[in-house]
Amino acid sequence: MSYQVDEKGFYGEFGGAFIPELLYPNIEELQENYLEIEKSPEFQKEFHQLLKDYVGRPTPLFLAKRLSAKYGAEIWLKREDLCHTGAHKINNTIGQILLAEQLGKKRIIAETGAGQHGVATATVCALKGLECIVYMGEKDIKRQAPNVARMKMLGATVRPATSGSKTLKDATNEAMRDWINNPENTHYIIGSVVGPHPYPDMVARYQSVISQEIKNQMQGLPDYVIACVGGGSNAMGAFYHFLDDQEVQLIGVEAAGLGIHTNKTAATLTLGTPGVLHASRSIMMQDKDGQVVEPHSISAGLDYPGIGPAHAWLKVSERARYMAVTDADALIAAVEVSRMEGIIPALETAHAFSVLKDLELKPTDRVVINLSGRGDKDMNTYMEELNLL
Amino acid sequence: MKEEQTHQSIAGDPFKKVTDFILNPCNEQVKKEECIMKNKLTELLQNKPEGLLNIFYTAGYPQLEDTTTLLTALEYSKVDLVEIGIPFSDPLADGPTIQESSKIALENGMSIEKLFSQLEKHTVKVPLLLMGYWNPVMQYGLEAFCKRCHEVGVDGLIVPDLPMSIYQTEFKEVFEKYHISNIFLVTPQTSDKRIREIDKNSNGFIYAVSSASTTGSKTDFSAAADYLGKLKGMNLNTPILTGFNIKNKQNFQDACEYVNGAIIGSEFIRQITDVEDISHAAATFVASIK
Repeated sequence: MSYQVDEKGFYGEFGGAFIPELLYPNIEELQENYLEIEKSPEFQKEFHQLLKDYVGRPTPLFLAKRLSAKYGAEIWLKREDLCHTGAHKINNTIGQILLAEQLGKKRIIAETGAGQHGVATATVCALKGLECIVYMGEKDIKRQAPNVARMKMLGATVRPATSGSKTLKDATNEAMRDWINNPENTHYIIGSVVGPHPYPDMVARYQSVISQEIKNQMQGLPDYVIACVGGGSNAMGAFYHFLDDQEVQLIGVEAAGLGIHTNKTAATLTLGTPGVLHASRSIMMQDKDGQVVEPHSISAGLDYPGIGPAHAWLKVSERARYMAVTDADALIAAVEVSRMEGIIPALETAHAFSVLKDLELKPTDRVVINLSGRGDKDMNTYMEELNLL
Repeated sequence: MKEEQTHQSIAGDPFKKVTDFILNPCNEQVKKEECIMKNKLTELLQNKPEGLLNIFYTAGYPQLEDTTTLLTALEYSKVDLVEIGIPFSDPLADGPTIQESSKIALENGMSIEKLFSQLEKHTVKVPLLLMGYWNPVMQYGLEAFCKRCHEVGVDGLIVPDLPMSIYQTEFKEVFEKYHISNIFLVTPQTSDKRIREIDKNSNGFIYAVSSASTTGSKTDFSAAADYLGKLKGMNLNTPILTGFNIKNKQNFQDACEYVNGAIIGSEFIRQITDVEDISHAAATFVASIK
């Protein structure tokens, strides 16, 4: 079975490009060029040079000894939190800014939830001297203030999305509207493996450096690869080169919010049904009339009612398993990782750690957790929720 | 749940064969080549008339039951076509005015089923289009959706996020079975080659977006003149209506110099917002344009 995108842009029954005609020329341009540009020696050279000298790759694979002792297995942490800007998001923005340059685009737009993708986009735009506009939900602007300040410091314009739930979904709508209004000079850097084809494949390719490095850094294959999933880019990057290694168990961890039996949740794959959101067919949270249900998660990066089509396919084809973790459990895990390993993880990443207690691990098991981002941006939430003041 | 039952009862109707024959003269009993799209829209457009006014509004706005009140007012005002928007939670091809009206309509309780039941009680005389995003239509079920459209007097659909390639390969037959015209959009960025392809695949009119913008967000009409002039010069088989930033009589007349007519949406919604008598507001606005 193939877990890769087919020539029409589908992963099994999921994917495609359900775009308004207004975006057809832009998407066609990307579909026709993204692979060729990525494969060109010039792109490859600059991409890898920047990942090495600017981002600081390869990121370490660290054996977390105290967590290993507690959970009775080898727990390895892929340290994406050590990337420049503090999360895996920059792997993708480096790739897309080089692509945008090749396509002659002068203006860059992006959506952001937690602000990590916004910061990573603002960063590469500063690096290349391109105009940068980031759409961010009004609610997220409040809860991720440090990242808003970073984007502004880097010269980006942050525009609030004030419709709907005022979170990532609405920021994505606004970014797409911007692109419709500015079709010729603008490239839209989508931050996750969502959106119309070729974005899910393109972003997965740029993020696949994560699993490529894990393969190089480990002797043999791990037994588990675990990553948190909002749209699903860090998970797809961590899974990518293991997809055909059936003996490796792949686990994506969604945000259950207040719980999957409440209406305050973002556990898309657990609760959702097939539908079209943000121009691709995937699984999404919707009501019986096909209206998108507003999600909830304490973590802005996972607070999204959809998921990348590749993950929907991995779930349906049973190649990967998806679990859901509540806000409260994620906070407990964040404290545990901080105090046992001296690493404050992003709230998103904390969800991935929380499933360790639910797996039946053997002492010989080797578990890789993709430590997708660091928790600096979440200090306000941690301080409030954990009474640290 | 309630919807599913409705669909099932249609499917289980003992008179299904009879109703099928009346509703679908193009079913398998008739040879395919004899099946020609015929509805109020194609009748209106067959001689490529000029100066057509198409008014767009959102179903269930400003109040839930205003859908047919407005339809009656517009039919009485002699608009040529009416386009009713099915509200969606994430209308990404729409500007702020239509977004806001969609949000209010959803809060009012509007849904596809509700819209059909409203239209069912009204004998639709004007050529009528529905505009809606693909996801709610897909959840309703395309076949059930097209069938209900045909039953209540809908002639055409505009589904902005259903790409032509997917329509052609997967859904065209269903649309045609129920005599529903599918309306495609073109923009200033659409290549001539693709415009010709869209022309070939169209069976209603082509909806020419007059500037590269989401609905209602630009003010200057003159920027569209070159583009509409180009479309006129292409001598397409399909009539063209333009939309997205027509606000007044002058804009409307300017547009009609080049194409067969124009669609007014955002401005019409502004005209019926916060007024005491929406029928009067609608009629007054139409009279100011035509």
